[in-house]
Amino acid sequence: MTTTTKPATPVTATRGRSPRAGALALRQGRLEITQFLRSRESVVFTMGFPIIMILIFASIFHGTIGGGVRFTQYFITGMIATGLMTVSFQNLGIWIPIERDRGVLKRYRGTPMPKWVWFAGKVIMVVAIGIAETALLLAVAVALFDLDLPGTAAKWFTFGWVAVLGVTACTLCGIAISSLARTARSGSAVVTPVALVLQFISGVFFVFTDLPTWMQQVAALFPLKWMCQGLRSVFLPESFGAQEPGDSFELGRVALVLALWCVIGVVLCLTTFRWTTKRDG
Amino acid sequence: MDDELAISVRGLRKTYGENVAVAGVDLDVRRGEVFALLGPNGAGKTTTVEILEGYRRRDAGEVTVLGADPAEPDAGWRSRVGIVLQGTGEFDELTVAEVIRHFSGFYADADDPDKVIDRVGLTDKARARTHTLSGGQKRRLDVALGIIGRPELLFLDEPTTGFDPEARREFWELIRDLAAAGTTIVLTTHYLDEAEALADRVGVIAGGRLVEVAAPNRLGNRQDALATVSWRTPEGTLESAQSATPTALVADLAARYGGEVPGLTVTRPTLEDVYLTMIGHAR
Repeated sequence: MTTTTKPATPVTATRGRSPRAGALALRQGRLEITQFLRSRESVVFTMGFPIIMILIFASIFHGTIGGGVRFTQYFITGMIATGLMTVSFQNLGIWIPIERDRGVLKRYRGTPMPKWVWFAGKVIMVVAIGIAETALLLAVAVALFDLDLPGTAAKWFTFGWVAVLGVTACTLCGIAISSLARTARSGSAVVTPVALVLQFISGVFFVFTDLPTWMQQVAALFPLKWMCQGLRSVFLPESFGAQEPGDSFELGRVALVLALWCVIGVVLCLTTFRWTTKRDG
Repeated sequence: MDDELAISVRGLRKTYGENVAVAGVDLDVRRGEVFALLGPNGAGKTTTVEILEGYRRRDAGEVTVLGADPAEPDAGWRSRVGIVLQGTGEFDELTVAEVIRHFSGFYADADDPDKVIDRVGLTDKARARTHTLSGGQKRRLDVALGIIGRPELLFLDEPTTGFDPEARREFWELIRDLAAAGTTIVLTTHYLDEAEALADRVGVIAGGRLVEVAAPNRLGNRQDALATVSWRTPEGTLESAQSATPTALVADLAARYGGEVPGLTVTRPTLEDVYLTMIGHAR
């Protein structure tokens, strides 16, 4: 160790200007992305899982499901929605408890960093990884399974808002559910069953209208069903709308339910978020 | 409010359910002072320090840290306080330099990251992922994050737990160095030699109360305590006597034995002796 010393700064001394908040948020986002990409488990689990599922399912099922739509197209649409949920809801619901348990959050709270910068960093990470993952899924689906990309600006616009609203709702719920886990390890035990059940009942692995009615009704309470439905309106022919439970893609209702979940997510985050573990007081 | 005080605490209380963690602590720490809070596990050290750091809310009492109430920490206050928590090893995927650079960005007046890395002796490890560091090296990273914002006041919670003796000596040098530069330092420890080596004053905390505050060599009126003189008689048995005037007793013995007194020792209570008495575990 060296013996360099520095003069203590007296209270009255003028301190440098505070770091700009926007720049801080971008740095935080970059750090989160770096951490994510260097963590092999995260990359394999979040990015790899939907692609592996597409490869498996699309290779097993070949039939059509009415309206001239192949099951593969239906399933890929569901996996894009699932991918968006994985990168936001599962990713945050599993990692935040680990960071909380390790004292990462506590350490950030001990610095002058504004609290919202930490949340912004997570959001930037989710958005960046979400875009990368969706692009990857689309590339695989177009190259191997003849998925048709949206042909009109209107459909791309729908794709955009469904993805943004869905990711926002799932990010907020992921942050909120992270507070349920008491220890680092319990995060995935809390989040994974929820995510898996939602995938089964929301029409990802099966055609939604083939599910029992009560199951459809339960699924309709949660965001994933509506994300899938919104994305089907983008990737499946217009005529397929008639096969949906409400005889159309119900985009207005998609927007409404997802927006409602954003509100619920914000309220849950504000009321339940903890920077420290319970035993930490 | 006394400007000479970095920390002023009156009647601090904190309970968790039935359990009283801090039961009325009064404490002043002057600017530029190195203050050690000494006490066994569960005595209330960490609770007290975390209230001062702005992590925990108190149930009662007045607390002023650097002129502000730590229960309402703002960014300006945060930038003047450095914190080294108990835990380590938090940013497994990042390198030492990446973590320190990132944290330097939070402070308006941060120190140069490379200089801080050098100062804590991690230059050779700057490009290593933090999960490859040894326990002692991780602790130095913690300290680096605590001082990167050039704090006026630095809290260190059991900073050298798990260090080997050489690493502790090096660490002590770093703390002395910071203190010499005018940083106020509050450390908790359960190592007596650490408190004795570093602190201007030591506060002994036991059962949620501050039992005594004094310079390490004055703790428990150590300097006034009776000395124990012991020696061996010609028959080989060990004799000892407590004396307020040990020099006279030794001169007396020297005369009696006509020169060298066999097996002569003169001792006063060690810091450990007074400490153990204070916390109620006297041997």
